[in-house]
Amino acid sequence: MATAVKPRIKLDKKEAKKGDIVEVKALVQHVMETGQRKDAQGQTIPRKILNKFACTVAGKQVFAADFEPAISANPYIQFKFKATESGPVVLTWTDDDGSTIVGEETITVT
Amino acid sequence: MTAVNRRQVMALGAGALAAAAAIAPAQANDAADLIKKFTGGKPATEGKVKLDLPEIAENGNTVPMTVSVESPMSEQSHVTEVLVVGDGNPNGGMAKFHFSPLSGAAEANTRIRLAATQNITAVAKMNDGSFYTASKQVKVTIGGCGG
Repeated sequence: MATAVKPRIKLDKKEAKKGDIVEVKALVQHVMETGQRKDAQGQTIPRKILNKFACTVAGKQVFAADFEPAISANPYIQFKFKATESGPVVLTWTDDDGSTIVGEETITVT
Repeated sequence: MTAVNRRQVMALGAGALAAAAAIAPAQANDAADLIKKFTGGKPATEGKVKLDLPEIAENGNTVPMTVSVESPMSEQSHVTEVLVVGDGNPNGGMAKFHFSPLSGAAEANTRIRLAATQNITAVAKMNDGSFYTASKQVKVTIGGCGG
């Protein structure tokens, strides 16, 4: 189910000069179940979070993060990267169950 | 000599007590241990790291947090990792950010859950092996980890 989610990604500029700093904002829908909560029957709801995030630009990793259950539901992430070459900006979130959510934007560097 | 004599019992009791005492001064969760593991026991200097968090969070379910580190982010000098922990959640770990010179700026923003009023600590690891840190207390009105 999680794989069908389309993340919302926004770059503050689609075209950048070489060396410019580009800001990325991304929001993805996910319950980020902590594994601490209990349901009405008193059963612990098993943990299910997105535990990894990575961003590559033109195939090179520019930013990555490891998430713990302390990250809010529908995790939001904002970070920056330095524009060096044109190419796809690929954002990947990895779920506890191994599935991934992938979003893509393009950056043009002049 | 399989019978357990009084002296052995006493020693056992003392041992258990010492073990309990060793655990007791530590905080409720593993935040301090995580920092120790991250720095490898090295001391972290106050400064360079900036933690942007609200003084008071009305809703602990989603608290905006920005962590930034002063660094030129060049090949010679850059931030490689930033660990963020909180001492009042069931688990100390919150997030770990990985940077490289391609990041351009050592800055990240996300939203975190806070179960109760607690201290948030960010520790930044530089490429030369030094560590910098910053802490901030956030007062939480409604916790974010309840069931």
